[in-house]
Parts: sequence; C-alpha cells; structure tokens
Amino acid sequence: MVVPRLKSLLVAVFSLSILFISQSVFANDGGEGGAAPEAEEKFNAKEVIFEHIKDAHEWHVIGDISVPLPVILITNKGFETFSSGHFHHGHEKYQGNHLYGVVEGKIKAFKADGTIDEEATNSIWDFSITKNVAALLLSVTIILLIFLSLGRKYKKNGVNGPTGLAGFIEPVIMMIRNDVAKPILGERHEKYLNFLLTVFFFILINNLLGLVPFFPGGANVSGNIAFTCTLAVFTFILVNVNGNSNYWKHIFWMPGVPVPMKIFLAPIEFIGVFTKPISLMVRLFANMTAGHVLILGIVCLIFVLKSLAAAAVVVPFTLALSMIELLVAFIQAFIFTLLSAVYISLATEEHHEASHH
Amino acid sequence: MFFLEINPLIKPDIGMVVWTTVVFLLLLFVLAKYAWKPILGAIKKREQTINDSLATAEKVKAEMTQLQSENEALLAKAREERALMLKEARETRDKIVNEAKEQAKAEANKIVQEAQVAIQAQKMAALTEVKNQIGSLVIEVSEKVLRRELSDKKGQEEHIQSLTGQIKLN
Repeated sequence: MVVPRLKSLLVAVFSLSILFISQSVFANDGGEGGAAPEAEEKFNAKEVIFEHIKDAHEWHVIGDISVPLPVILITNKGFETFSSGHFHHGHEKYQGNHLYGVVEGKIKAFKADGTIDEEATNSIWDFSITKNVAALLLSVTIILLIFLSLGRKYKKNGVNGPTGLAGFIEPVIMMIRNDVAKPILGERHEKYLNFLLTVFFFILINNLLGLVPFFPGGANVSGNIAFTCTLAVFTFILVNVNGNSNYWKHIFWMPGVPVPMKIFLAPIEFIGVFTKPISLMVRLFANMTAGHVLILGIVCLIFVLKSLAAAAVVVPFTLALSMIELLVAFIQAFIFTLLSAVYISLATEEHHEASHH
Repeated sequence: MFFLEINPLIKPDIGMVVWTTVVFLLLLFVLAKYAWKPILGAIKKREQTINDSLATAEKVKAEMTQLQSENEALLAKAREERALMLKEARETRDKIVNEAKEQAKAEANKIVQEAQVAIQAQKMAALTEVKNQIGSLVIEVSEKVLRRELSDKKGQEEHIQSLTGQIKLN
C-alpha cells in the first residue's frame, strides 16, 4: 500500500517541478515586457520533453537551479577540463584552448567573431561527465553499495536463508539463473552468469532511476542510444568471440540446403549477426525513451491546455503510466538479458538443429 | 554531410560510449569477484546443504524403520526365548520333583524292605527262641516222662517194636 502512495507523491512532486520550470519560463518572458498571450505561446512541449530526454552538460534540479558538471575535452590543442558552470546554462562562452560554447547540448568551438569553428569543432572528443554519465556513476554507486554489502553478507552466512535486502534481491538473482541462464545455456550457463546478472541489474537500476522524477533521478540513461549501443556491443562481442565453428558454418555455408541457397543465405545470415545486437540496442533505447516521452507528454498537457484542472486527469493518468513504466523497466532489463543469453546460446550450441531456419 | 544530419537522439556520443564501457567493465569485474561469486556460491552451497539434509533425513527415516523392525524381531525372539525358558524351567522342575518323588519312593521301599527283613529276622529269632524253649521244655517233659516210662521194660519193648514196624526198608 505504501508504494503506490509514495509513487503518487513522486508524481505530484514531479508535476510541481514541471510547474516551476514553466513558471520560470513565464517569468523570464514577462521580464522582456511581452504581452501575456505571447508568453504563453512560448511553451513548447517538444522542447521540454527533448530537453529531458537528451543529454546535457549540466543537471537541472528545479527552477533555475542546476548542478554544473565537469567538462572533459580532447581537442587538436590537447586535453582540458573545466566546469560547465562557465557556460551559464548555455548563454555564455568559455575561453579554453578554444572559445567553447554550447549549441543544443553539444560543445562547439567558436571563432572570435562568434561563428562556429568547424575544424576545431570536428577535432573535439567530448568525454565530459554529462548528466547521463553522472547518473550512470550514481547508478553504479548504488549497485555497488547494494551488491558489495550483499556479497559480504553471503560470504559470512549465505548458507542460512536470505534475510532483509537479500530476501528481496535473491529471488531476482535466482530468476536470472534458473529461468534465463540454466534453461537457455544449460551446462554453459556458469561462464556467462556474471555477464547476464551484471547486465540485468545495470539496466534495471538505470531504468528505475530514470523513473524517479526529481534530482538525482530522471536522467534518461537507459534510453540513451550510446548506453544501449555499448551494452549491445558487449553482447555482440560475447556472442562472436565464443561462437563455435558450428555457428560460423551456419552463417557462411548453411548446412542442409542446396548450394545456390547457401550462397543466397550467406549475406542474410551475415547481416543477422549485426541485426541481433542492433535489435537489442534499439529495443531498450526506444522502450525507455518512449516511456519518458509518454509520461512527460501527458504532464505537459497541463501546460498545453493552460489549465490546472487538467491535473485532475493528468495526475492519475501519469500515475498509471508510471506503474506501467515500472513494469517496463523490469521487463526491458529482463528481455535484454534473456535475448543476450539466447544469442550466446545459439552461437555456442554444439548440436544445432537444422529446423531453426 | 548526410550522416551528420541524423537526429541527435539516435546518434551515440563517443563520451557516453566510453564512460558506459569503462563503468560496465568495472562493474562486471567488481561484481563478479565480490558479489556474484560469494552470492552464487552461497546459494549453491545452500542448495547442496538442503539436498544433503533431505537425503540424510530420508536415510535416517529408512534406518529408523529398519531399526524398528529389527527391534520388533528382537522383541519377538526374546518373547519366544522367554517362553521356551519358562517351559524348560517347568520341565526341569517337574523332572526334579518326579525324581525326588521316585527317590523318596525307592528310599521308602528300601526302608520298608529293611524293616520287613528286620522284622523277619526278629520273628525268626523269636521263633527260634520259642522253638528252643519249646525244645528244652519238651526235653524236660520227655525226661520226666522217660524217667517214669523207663521203669516199665515190657512196655518199652512193645513201643520199640511198633516203631520198627513203621520203618519201611525199601
């Protein structure tokens, strides 16, 4: 009973924070001396939503308060770090090795006359601790805190039944081991269990943190294409490094079909090698991003309709969607893990049935 | 360039890729060593312990059943033995009693016999004495009679004559 109540509280806080943002937007516009209708036209739901979903060099907390994050750059003039606070929310430029400014969340180098220095910009390697990276580090800290303490506890008296946090986490670990790794990978599951468990909890914690509507949650880490791409690449590497001769034979010279068919199938199967991890990448990215967009879109209805009364509909709706998103957070982490296990299993299987294709 | 025109939302940032890689590898190795190994190890050990305990319980149960049946068999055997011993004891008792009875009877018979022999002997002795007394009495009486008879010679000779007449010489 406590959980839904807490969740609705979160939603309320979330709605309020959005309200504050829009108010500050209105206030800024009011300062320019424009008429009220003109200011209202300035609310752009798409902008608000994409600002949330995209990465940024500062972490917006509430209203005008943002946490500046370190910028780490490698350019043609070498390595440098400075605080993103120097950009003053993107309004100003910072003179480092180049004159840097932020355009749509990306750091660009500028010439003295204010135009973008294409050559210097193209040479920028941006390794900054962005909002997503910071959220990533936070999630890792949480994961380490949870699992290192659990590990210590299990080392001491793991043979006894699980208690406390272990009683909550252990069934999830058992689910990954008994319902994913063992039935799919069989005898080979122990070799890949570390990867599967780590991937599952890494995605799950990031998904859940992304659902927390206020600082320091809410960063769209697992809905970031770079994040999902990296994880998919790990699966890709595991699959292809461990793939046995059987696996490669099925790709390049399909057994059990006529020669023209073999030639015809080879490129298709070869593309399949890449589409599998790409599907992993896109599935997680699209699901999490869509969830964020949906919730934010519905909350933005209040401001689009310019009516506080809309909250009466929007808040319960957001609550319901948040519940679904909780489920999705779990399911997506599970599916990523499950499919990774399936792909590894297919690549390492000894007796491959020809009926798959 | 065409490739740079794609939506920034689906364009991976190199920074995020690098950080995710670093963080994930770190997480993978740290968790593998300090979390998954002890946790999975403990779970496996626990499963083993539970299985072993169940097997042991089953074994003990079987042993108990066996022990119980053995006990019962032992008990039955003991009961049988007791009955046998009682029977034997009874037999022995009867035997002893019978023997004693026999012996007593024999002893009694012997005593009676001895008594009879003694009585016989006494009787004989008494009879002998009586005979002797009678004999001497007869002799005395005969003496007296003879003394009176011997004075009559003729009568004597007659008597001798009758006696000799009785003797038949074959």
